[in-house]
Parts: sequence; C-alpha cells; structure tokens
Amino acid sequence: MSETNRSTGTQLVKRGLAEMLKGGVIMDVVDAGQARIAEDAGATAVMALERVPSDIRRDGGVARMSDPEMIEAIQEAVTIPVMAKARIGHFAEAQILESLGVDYVDESEVLTPADEAHHIDKWAFTVPFVCGATNLGEALRRISEGACLIRSKGEAGTGNIVEAVRHLRSILGDLRRITQADAAELFDWAKQLRAPLPLVQEVAETGRLPVPMFCAGGIATPADASLVMQLGAEAVFVGSGIFKSDDPAPRARAIVEATTNFADPTLLAKVSRGLGDAMPGLEIGSLETRLADRGW
Amino acid sequence: MKVGVLALQGAFASHAAMLGGAGATPVEVRRADQLAEVDALVMPGGESTTMSMLLDVTELREPLADRLADGMPVFGTCAGMILLAVEVLDGRSDQRSLGVIDLDVRRNGYGRQVDSFETDLEVEGLDGTFHGVFIRAPLVERVGPAVEVLAEVEGRPVLCRQGNVLVSAFHPELAGDARIHRRFLEAAFASGAGTA
Repeated sequence: MSETNRSTGTQLVKRGLAEMLKGGVIMDVVDAGQARIAEDAGATAVMALERVPSDIRRDGGVARMSDPEMIEAIQEAVTIPVMAKARIGHFAEAQILESLGVDYVDESEVLTPADEAHHIDKWAFTVPFVCGATNLGEALRRISEGACLIRSKGEAGTGNIVEAVRHLRSILGDLRRITQADAAELFDWAKQLRAPLPLVQEVAETGRLPVPMFCAGGIATPADASLVMQLGAEAVFVGSGIFKSDDPAPRARAIVEATTNFADPTLLAKVSRGLGDAMPGLEIGSLETRLADRGW
Repeated sequence: MKVGVLALQGAFASHAAMLGGAGATPVEVRRADQLAEVDALVMPGGESTTMSMLLDVTELREPLADRLADGMPVFGTCAGMILLAVEVLDGRSDQRSLGVIDLDVRRNGYGRQVDSFETDLEVEGLDGTFHGVFIRAPLVERVGPAVEVLAEVEGRPVLCRQGNVLVSAFHPELAGDARIHRRFLEAAFASGAGTA
C-alpha cells in the first residue's frame, strides 16, 4: 500500500488528545503498581513522576524529571496515555521525554525550575505540552509558547482546594470580563496580561481559551472534583490526593465517578461514603514554598 | 430527532455541537432514563477503559446493549468504535465490548500520541476529501463479511458500517466538517428513528 500523506505533531492533533481527556481524571503515579490501580479505577491518563508533590514538599531539594526506566515501566503497565513532567525551561528533559514516547509533557512548577526567565519553546516539539497557570495572562503566555492544554495550578501537594478555586475563578472571571471590552480596550488588556494581542483579541471574541482547561493542585475528595468541574474546569488532575489517602483504589474510583457526574449531588453523596481519611491537608499560610509562584 | 451523546467521558461536547449544527437535538446521556429517551446515539472518543468502567458503574451497559439489539442507530468514533467492536486487541484483559459491528480492532494500533496524525480521506459517497484526525487511533485488524468499508488509510478500514452501526477510527467532530454526522442522521431517520 502506498504511504498516505500524514501530518504529525499538528496543533489539531496535539489539542485533540486533550479533547479526548475531557471529563476524566489524570492521576499522579510513582510506579507501575500505582499506574495499574489508577487505570483500574478509570483514570483517563497517568502522570509518571518520582515523588508526588506532597513528598517533594516534605523532602525539599531539587525535583527533576523522572528516571526513564521508571517511565518505561509505567508505559508497559498501562494502555492509557502516560504523561511526564519536565522542569520549567528544561527543554533537554522535554526532548528526552519525547524520545521515550510519552503522550504529554507537563512543564511543571512542581519540579524545581531550570530557567527563571524562559519557558520551553513548545512549538519545536511533536509531543504536546500541558502547562499550569494562575491567571489569564499566564495561560495566554503558555499558549503563545505552544502549550496545547492549560491546567489551573492550585497549590500542589496540599490537599487544599482553595488555591485551585482562586486560579480557576481568576482565569474564568477575566475571560468573562474581556468579552465586554471594546476594541480599543483590548490593547490595554494585552499590556496588563503581558500576552500577545492577537491571542487576547481571539479570547475576547470567543470567551474561552483556544485550548482545553483542566484543574490541578489540591483535589482530595469527590466533592473537590465536583466543585472545580462546576466552576468550569473540563477535567481534573489529582496528584497526592489519591495515593496519600488511606485507601487509594476506592477513592480513585470515587473521584472518577464524581468527575463524570459532577452536577448530580445524590450520586456524589453515594460515591463519597466510607472512603476513609483523605490525605492530610495543609494551610496555605503555613507553606514555606508556594509552588504556584514558579513560572513567568 | 433526539440524538444522545454518551457523556461519561471524552469529546462528547464537540459531538453535541456538530449534531446541533446538523439539525438534530443533542442530549447528554449519563443514565439509563436519559438513554431511553433518545432515537439514536453517538459514542465519542475518549478513553475506552474509562468509559467501559463507567458503563458498568452507571448500570448503562445492559440497557445500551438492549437498545443496540433493537436496532437503535449508533455512531462510534475512536473509543466508541472500540466499545462497539467484536474483539479488542491490546486492551485490558477485563475489557468488554458490545460486539455490534463485526470488527476486531487493536487499541492504539497506530502508535502513541507522537504518531497521531491528520490526513485527507476519500469517503465513499462524499464529494471531495474528508479531513481525518487520528488520535492514538484504533487499527482495524479484521473485517467481517457483513461490514461495509467506507474509507481506508493505507489499506486499513477507518470508516465502517454494518446495518445501523457506523464507526470511525478518526474524529469527524474535530475537523469542523459535519458531513459524516449529517449522513449518520439521514440514515438514522431513514431507518425509522425519531418518527414514532
């Protein structure tokens, strides 16, 4: 058979995978065993990393890309997409992850940044990237660098949903406000947001980001997943919230069911029963390091 | 005509927008009572393992199998195609499919996300080409005698029909072209769906 004219790594193909992950739960896993538990529970993808954010927070030190051997073991263990994290600005880590065939790279503030001025030029890659954002300007800057999926950052490893809510409300609130701006005001919006004018004009017209927006950072219960989905997130990332809880498998499944049925309180009550203790939470005011402040 | 979109997970909103644009009334289906009210159903792309698990916990699997056995028109894309096929290769060992179109499909048979691609397709019965978007797409490994192949990529079927069951390995809901959705609706209407 003759070779057809296939285009890989296009924006449509990259954003397309994010479309397929909507309404689902992406779970942080540190080994093949956890990856299988996540897949059994109905995760749409797993994020392979060496330590979950709450352990990174506890241990301190420099957090880096995971060992390729560990990532490959997770790829072998599951059939769902496997994502992995690279440090902010560390394009060499991203190149390695791409060569391993990971399905999405997360340029993540949870790892220690490698560049304090520049993010990765994500247009240069075939593999798609997800990036965190705390506000609309940050989201648009990441998209202008080639990110195909935005996640609100929240505060990873805390089990505290308050920052995720703050960031979602900030992004979605500004999206609502910017649609009311007239053409002249958009120049100032672009300046305030430190984002490219054409992208600012585009979101002012459509009222939404040009890529999907998911939520991360602090989701620990089915109710948390419902809250952020009702606020406007299109899917959720759960980091420490599953494998730092008392009984990960039932909690993972409950969060999956809650994300599908986020607007059905009766069902949410049913799936929230008897899950044991959630991960211990942290007050934001008591944190030594605010991970969400990383990124520029 | 009320057309359900299975909304357990995945690209259901894009399908609903396509169906609305093509003149149908899209209805999100997450429960058996919602399924009972629709004349036809679209099963979107997403993760087939997730959807399969949710079909069980929402107790939708049996009513869905009953409606399909009764001949309800259905259009499955990507993960939807996997769920409707007879056999799934490289899936999870406990993965169960509905078996209403005589195909064997290999999950992620075109490779990982870095191998996901776009290409123009010749589709039987459509003028001009159709832009096919393939995301970690399933590969058809066997085609039963009753299955009509409507489009191919390198000799492998990517759009197939058997009776009221239409499946695609690609994502027509992402290409901004409603011709395949429209064709599904016309065939569903012609088969008597939505006329009762």
